[in-house]
Amino acid sequence: MATIQDIEVRDSAARSALAADELQDMHGEKMVLNMGPSHPATHGVLRIVLELDGEIITKADPDVGYLHRGDEKIAENMTYTQFIPYTDRLDYLAPLANNVAYALAVEKLLGIHDKLPPRCQYIRVMCAELARISAHLLGLGAFAMDMGAVTVFLLSFTEREKIYNLAEAISGARLTTSYTRIGGVMRDLPPGWLDQCQKFCDDFIPALNEFETLLTRNRIWVDRVRDLAVISKEDAIDYGLSGPNLRGSGVEWDLRKKQPYLCYKDLDFDIPTGSVGDCYDRYLVRMEEMRQSVRILEQCTKKIPGGADNKTNEPVNVADGKITLPPKQKVMSSMEELIHQFMLVTEGVNCPPGEIYFGHENPKGELGFYICSKGGGTPYRMKIRAPSFVNLSIVPKIFVGTLISDTVAILGSLDFVMGECDR
Amino acid sequence: MSALETAQKIKAKFGDLISEPAEFRGEITVKLADAEQITAVCEFAKQTLGFNYLVDISSVDNYGDDPRWTIVYHLRDIVNVVEIRIKIDVSEEKSELPSVLSVWRTANWHEREIYDMMGIRFSGHPDLRRILMWEGYPYFPLRKDFPLAGKPSELPGVAFTKPAPLEGGPFVTVAGGKDAISREPRIRNPEE
Repeated sequence: MATIQDIEVRDSAARSALAADELQDMHGEKMVLNMGPSHPATHGVLRIVLELDGEIITKADPDVGYLHRGDEKIAENMTYTQFIPYTDRLDYLAPLANNVAYALAVEKLLGIHDKLPPRCQYIRVMCAELARISAHLLGLGAFAMDMGAVTVFLLSFTEREKIYNLAEAISGARLTTSYTRIGGVMRDLPPGWLDQCQKFCDDFIPALNEFETLLTRNRIWVDRVRDLAVISKEDAIDYGLSGPNLRGSGVEWDLRKKQPYLCYKDLDFDIPTGSVGDCYDRYLVRMEEMRQSVRILEQCTKKIPGGADNKTNEPVNVADGKITLPPKQKVMSSMEELIHQFMLVTEGVNCPPGEIYFGHENPKGELGFYICSKGGGTPYRMKIRAPSFVNLSIVPKIFVGTLISDTVAILGSLDFVMGECDR
Repeated sequence: MSALETAQKIKAKFGDLISEPAEFRGEITVKLADAEQITAVCEFAKQTLGFNYLVDISSVDNYGDDPRWTIVYHLRDIVNVVEIRIKIDVSEEKSELPSVLSVWRTANWHEREIYDMMGIRFSGHPDLRRILMWEGYPYFPLRKDFPLAGKPSELPGVAFTKPAPLEGGPFVTVAGGKDAISREPRIRNPEE
């Protein structure tokens, strides 16, 4: 008869701490090790200066800024619409979500964020959720590849390719989408796009199940990521974490639910949360979020006003000539539209003086735009609250006491993008 | 408790130091008159009013006006979903205010970024180094008097910056122009 026996499996850090205790009388010097900025596990250009006692990290000092391009300075020197392409390059794994976040922020300044046409809201929600799946897939693939599971990386890229194709179909670009405009989107969905999107959803769930069979109950994977870099609820809030990293620590906070924007109120989805706050929880939260995104996408394809081919001519842009560009044909034939077009292109969208903050639930966390306007078509000051920047600030705390071989697992589970962190 | 009520509570506690709450697009902003009190106000907001989450700290350069700097704190209560914004003016001569790192640890990198970009110091911050620019960079690039094209800086062999190669050329936007027309490169006559 088979018997079940409990085996005490200590986690790797505890084992090394024990081994270190046994070697009390051996003293060595601490070693400083430089990791990055070009290191495959730092997913971009992050540099971390590690202080090591044997294999155990005693101090970690992240050094960011290698990808600093001065986006906030650039924004002060151009019109609101001209800045949209720069948002593609923030979190370059989810450009569509950044476009949506930025457009909503400027629309909040204009006071039209809750007056958007319903079809536009649904399109934007679908963009944001596709971007979320795409970003989480890369986060998952890179995380698994750093742990040695290269297969997952290759499989996840097969699925990401389909999302890139969908992005290309709506915006004409795979990466630098620049799809939204102030007060709407660049153009309506192309014919057949909703069917492609639905097909992607149908194919994606089996693929996701396959990823799960490769990882979720894989002994090697679980051993490497479980109980590693535990972030408590209090620490997660205190350090201002957001997105899956905050939810992985058991805080049920999602801007889509707590401060609903667009049409998220009408959509049915759940917020997954972790229970421990370790790397494994953050991984599980991302997996479940992708399933929820597919749920949202499927509802959107059914509920979108106008349907696939928009026979009822639902508008996708705000009907205000001072905010969105008029149709080109009218520009050539009507004086008023010509003036509107001229003013919008030369002066930009005229925003009222004031200041707003808008936070958007991006794949990596809360992407916020603080816009201080003194009126006119240019922001006086625009601060980008980048989720990756804030999420990385907890690194000095959670690295201490872990093994050097675990750094790649922790970095993979934090899932940051340096383009956004450094701005 | 709405954001307006919490703002009134802060005002009741600190009296004339806090301005009347202003509302714009559903967001409540209060202004704090004395920068030295920011730690006390934030401590009160966190411990008594439950603002346990610091979303962001921003800075604004009101170039040409006095006081020159405005520091903007975005506070959030993630249990009851309340947000409030606290603003403080800091003069250019002083360019310093107390750190709120003791209240929320997330303030660490936000304050370092403001120091890096604007040159405003935070007293009581244990590790106020540059974060995005490199150690030893002499300027504060987000100030309004720093040109968009950049400035040359001396740190030979280690790090250097040169103005953009096409600066002043016919296709380069003029930084800091007062409107889109004066910035627009295509209307400029290269002979001028």
